[in-house]
Amino acid sequence: MISALSFRLTKRFGTRTVLDEFALEVHGGEFVTFLGPSGCGKSTALNLLAGLIPATSGEIRLDGSPIDHLPPERRGFGMVFQNYALFPHLTVFDNVAFGLALRARPRAEIAQRVRRMLQLVRLTEFEARYPSQLSGGQQQRVAIARALAVEPRLLLLDEPLSNLDAKLRLEMRSELKRLHADLRLTSIYVTHDQSEALSLSDRVVVLRDGRVMQVGTPAEIHDRPRTRFVADFMGYRNFFPVTVDRIEPGGLVVARGKDVTLTGRPVTPLAPGSAAVAAVRPEDVELTAELAGPNVVRGTVRLTEYLGREHDVEVALDSGTMVMARVERPVEVGSAVGLRLPSERVVVLPAGDGA
Amino acid sequence: MGRLWHVAVYLFVVGFVLNLVGIVGHVLVSSFARRWFATPLPNAFTTAWYAYSWREFQLDQVLTVTLVVAASVTALALGLGFPAAYLLARHDFRAKNALLLLFFLPLLIPQMTYGIPLATTLYRYRIGGTVAGVIAANLVPMLPLAIFVLLPFFEQISVNLEWAARVHGASRFQLFRRVIVPLAVPGLLTAGLLVLVTTIANFELTFLLSGAGSQTLVVALYYAVFAAGMRPIYSVDAMAVIYMALVLALLVLVLRFVRPTQMVFRLDRRN
Amino acid sequence: MLPAAIYLLVMFVYPFAYGVILSLQAKGGGISVANYLAFLLDPWQVRTVWVTASIAVPNTVLTVLLALVVAYSMRRGVWMERTITTALVLPIALGTVLVAEGINGFYGPKGWLNQGLLALGITDAPRLTHNYTGVMIALLVQHFPFCFLMLLGYISGIDPGLEAAARVLGAGPWAIFRRVMWPLIAPGVAIAFALVFVMNFGVFPSAVLVGQPAGATRTIAIAAYQQAFEHSDMAMASAIAVVMGGCQLLGLGLILVIRRRMAATGVATVGAGKR
Ligand SMILES: Nc1ncnc2c1ncn2[C@@H]1O[C@H](COP(=O)(O)OP(=O)(O)OP(=O)(O)O)[C@@H](O)[C@H]1O
Ligand SMILES: [Mg+2]
Repeated sequence: MISALSFRLTKRFGTRTVLDEFALEVHGGEFVTFLGPSGCGKSTALNLLAGLIPATSGEIRLDGSPIDHLPPERRGFGMVFQNYALFPHLTVFDNVAFGLALRARPRAEIAQRVRRMLQLVRLTEFEARYPSQLSGGQQQRVAIARALAVEPRLLLLDEPLSNLDAKLRLEMRSELKRLHADLRLTSIYVTHDQSEALSLSDRVVVLRDGRVMQVGTPAEIHDRPRTRFVADFMGYRNFFPVTVDRIEPGGLVVARGKDVTLTGRPVTPLAPGSAAVAAVRPEDVELTAELAGPNVVRGTVRLTEYLGREHDVEVALDSGTMVMARVERPVEVGSAVGLRLPSERVVVLPAGDGA
Repeated sequence: MGRLWHVAVYLFVVGFVLNLVGIVGHVLVSSFARRWFATPLPNAFTTAWYAYSWREFQLDQVLTVTLVVAASVTALALGLGFPAAYLLARHDFRAKNALLLLFFLPLLIPQMTYGIPLATTLYRYRIGGTVAGVIAANLVPMLPLAIFVLLPFFEQISVNLEWAARVHGASRFQLFRRVIVPLAVPGLLTAGLLVLVTTIANFELTFLLSGAGSQTLVVALYYAVFAAGMRPIYSVDAMAVIYMALVLALLVLVLRFVRPTQMVFRLDRRN
Repeated sequence: MLPAAIYLLVMFVYPFAYGVILSLQAKGGGISVANYLAFLLDPWQVRTVWVTASIAVPNTVLTVLLALVVAYSMRRGVWMERTITTALVLPIALGTVLVAEGINGFYGPKGWLNQGLLALGITDAPRLTHNYTGVMIALLVQHFPFCFLMLLGYISGIDPGLEAAARVLGAGPWAIFRRVMWPLIAPGVAIAFALVFVMNFGVFPSAVLVGQPAGATRTIAIAAYQQAFEHSDMAMASAIAVVMGGCQLLGLGLILVIRRRMAATGVATVGAGKR
């Protein structure tokens, strides 16, 4: 197992900069996720690490020594591709055996190892099938087994769950989690799905247009997004432009907007008088009987959407600002309601994107 | 090592293209030469051979035949091929594979092989040697060609679209006229152009079936080259250039619609 | 549908059947294999099978091999690809007759090529036209682009992700070809082989115009043509056409068998530890 991977990469296609000085240190056994919207350069970063495309500049160090000069076949990594890229002419067994056969391992050892991998991904009875005879989830597990079979120093996964239906995706997510817990392989995982990133990773890297927006544990990213972009990506739906009024002794910030005066947690130091954005998730907004008070806004229900256990509610404030809330009891469209934005759940971000 | 390999491959390709340039270029230069004998370029140029060959080879008549044949074959191939391709793309039926094979064989089997029995038959019914005979024979490979070019175009048209048209009240005929045909226009254009240029360049069948008044330009060119020495080679090359101009003009049109790689093999996806 | 099918039945299947029957008709009437015997027992005639094979087989192997190498090397695109592929369509579109005339000029003793060789001091270059070599050149010029474009279309249709996956798993260029690409290309190569062989075996205009139609390149198609149109012996001509078709079928069958064998003996499958 490796003890550290570090890289600093820039990639340009023509004049377009797809990755701009993307730098990171990954510890041995860590599960790191690159999270970002489509086209932000996630796959490019993975392909650079695998050596499939050359970097414009930068370097990759594995355990301290540079590996940039190594072609992909000599890096000893494993990779799971978005569309799996299973060899259509080989059986499941031969697909998993592919990397081992290239290393000219003895036949018995290969067979044993392949069977163990297939056991691990629960595909033992499918070893004689061809990829075309498997379901999407099964193909995906073959792809994982194939990557794991070579005991990779680093496992790269490019949106491996994106082609699956919702239920299977949840199942495979748990399986990946279990596999990583069992094997502790250093892994880099690429996705644009925040819940995948949060549930799987030790650390999440949020990318935007080829630049790192924030790096942190899932809890940090989730609870303390540092920019509006990251907050948006993490499911904060309500943003209020505000001006910082004062800093409370406990560190909370009191900020004044056109609808409301809010108390919230700052994620970065903010000076009084500076422009900021207060953000809160629909899930954290509560219905309240009070119609006024600290961190309370009032408005008229415009739209409700039944979700099974909860209701999504769109409330128009008097100023016209829309607030989304997710609440447990039904409310009538057209009725006046009060909403509380709990101060421990409100984050206050610097205005602008910090990009 | 890998680099050397690529350089070698590149050199071969460049050499091959140069050889094509040489082949075409020789004909072109020769057609304008007053006399040309073992020098890089002729000492004097003239355009006289074009008039000469137009007269001597009766190119007005030959060209008329060529265009009549090509246009008729194209029209017939599209007319007959259109419904056939549509049905093959849309419906599954028991004889489908047998039919596909029937349409496939005339493209696979070289024309010399089936051309001789075909010529025998057509001469027996006194169609051989006439323009009609040439058209009938050329249709044998061109009809399948049209069908196989049209097929993917029909397969692309979503069945849902047809259902939507039917649900909204289009009769079978209206469906065809207002939905299928307009959507198939690019396919028809591609197939039509390909059949046109292929027919003009098609040699063997035309050669076996044509008589004195029913030669197309390639066949006339063949006889001229075959009997080289009867007339100045420059005039033969002038005819070759006229032929080349005709084919190239159409080829330019064709290449607007298809990629070069699509021009050679339309069949692999079918088997 | 029906009209198209009927047309081909009448114009393709019927003449073929008629030709076979005609070839089996004896001069005086009744069924006999006299035409076939006459062909097989006449050394001048039966030699054409050998002549044709000695052109078709080496030419097919050379053409497909070259096309495979070039197409495989160009599978991920190269500089001026569009120009190159367009240039290669030329000989296909122009057809055999024009190419033959051009070859006679360009490769002829007074052509640019020989002039170039003379300028380089090579005075004893072998003759390249109106002989076996001429036909080989003509067929190569004609069929290499065909085969190349077909294989390029075939190879570039293969998911590039497979190659990337193989590389990450440790496969070098040779292993990628041998274990991933070749098994996937092989069906295409077999088709190319079959098509080029069949075309080569029916060679007619090139053999006449660039070859030596009365001698070294008197192919079976020439024999059939002469029988039909110079001797007006349609029965015998049909017999020769049938022999020609038979040889083409034989070649096709052989290619298919080889392909099966290869698939069955594991050239096309990588068994774990099979090596
Ligand atoms: N070969 C290429 N040439 C030019 N531009 C490219 C190339 N490959 C990728 N790009 C561009 O680089 C950007 C990043 O691409 P990349 O595939 O890394 O995105 P991604 O984050 O993986 O997106 P997705 O979630 O959709 O897979 C995209 O805008 C893409 O258009
Ligand atoms: Mg991607």
